[in-house]
Amino acid sequence: MDASLIVVVVVITALIFDFTNGFHDTANAMATSIATGAFRPRTAVTIAACLNVVGAFLSVEVARTISGGLVDEALISPVVIFAGLVGAILWNLVTWYLGLPSSSSHALFGGLIGATWVAGGAGAIDFDAVLNKIVLPAVLAPVLAALIALTATYLAYRVTARSEPGEVSRGFRHGQRISSSMLALAHGTNDAQKTMGVITLTLITAGTLAPGSGPPFWVVLTAGLAIGLGTYMGGWRIIRTLGTRVSDLHSTQGFSAETTSTAVILASSHLGLPLSTTQVCTGSIFGAGAGRRLASVHWGVAGRIALAWAFTLPSAAVVGAAASWLAATGTGGVVVVAVGGIALSAGIYAASRRDQVTADNVTDLPQPPPADVPAAPAGSDVAA
Amino acid sequence: MHVDWETLGAIAVVAAAAAVSVVLLVSLALVASSSRAGDPAAGGRTPGGTAVAGLCLLAAALLVGYGVHLIIA
Repeated sequence: MDASLIVVVVVITALIFDFTNGFHDTANAMATSIATGAFRPRTAVTIAACLNVVGAFLSVEVARTISGGLVDEALISPVVIFAGLVGAILWNLVTWYLGLPSSSSHALFGGLIGATWVAGGAGAIDFDAVLNKIVLPAVLAPVLAALIALTATYLAYRVTARSEPGEVSRGFRHGQRISSSMLALAHGTNDAQKTMGVITLTLITAGTLAPGSGPPFWVVLTAGLAIGLGTYMGGWRIIRTLGTRVSDLHSTQGFSAETTSTAVILASSHLGLPLSTTQVCTGSIFGAGAGRRLASVHWGVAGRIALAWAFTLPSAAVVGAAASWLAATGTGGVVVVAVGGIALSAGIYAASRRDQVTADNVTDLPQPPPADVPAAPAGSDVAA
Repeated sequence: MHVDWETLGAIAVVAAAAAVSVVLLVSLALVASSSRAGDPAAGGRTPGGTAVAGLCLLAAALLVGYGVHLIIA
């Protein structure tokens, strides 16, 4: 296949991944603010989208380091990156359909690892780095965030216990507008850069850019806009899960969760061990839910999310590997992968239309309630 | 296998300190400016309470400002 054509295909695929990354992660910053009414749904996604675009322009540090570790760069070709991206996009769409917050970074790394495995053998993958940079943080990040959010929420309720509840709730709602905006900005500086890094890596492997160069301006611009547009579309299915299915969140909890997430993400990215935004935010929300009353958290939802996390990297890797194997057969293979990917994406989208979640029904309460919640009194149950 | 426990520990301590401080400061500010602050019988906020609330919010704002600085720099 013509070298410049495959580069164009990879850039477009990377921007599509960036778009899925955007709507997958809107929930991280905004789910609790939407659930507590600090922002109206449309306002929330608009603010998050703008801050993501702004964040994309603030720094290129993550983009510069994205290619370091995990896989042997010498064995990567644009076709391998293309196959990895297809795996990541498909897994992002599946988890979005199920309304599960899974890490887009893990999907991306999983796809790239699977694709590289097929192209260069198991030796091309640094399993020590996979364990240290992905598996361990994936286990520790949500636990850490949950514990901090639990402590913060518990203390906030203790301190404000004797004040007028309405005033406290209003005060924390004001606070949430700031805390969720901070979180969206921090997200923009991190996640838009993953795509910039991938596109830059592709341009380097294709020989268009000199090794070690940073992302050109058009890459920063398109990546920022793609993630911003995705964020604006709002991943309402995931927002619903995090905002209203984990626990009945109040503004005190929302503020604690968002403050904790921002603190953990900033601390981790500045101490050189970047943690997954999604996993930190999900952990914080569960911790904040438990900080008011342990029993108010729907632990069954936590189980489903944990399961999705465990499967994210292997699933994306399998799809990436299959795509890599097919795409390696030549132009025909690349076309088959592209058409197959588009067909599957369209299928998932069509399936999602049957049970739409939009800005209007995102905060509706579950009906019927999840199975792990104590059943409502007999007779009050409404069949869906 | 090498696990970087030191960095993980540092992240835990720094993040916990920052998050709990901000949440506590905002909580204290809300309590101090609450209409039930001071003498419950008197009702209404006191000048002292408003000053304490202002100080707490200022301290929280400084921490948030440092966060913004970290994001931008």
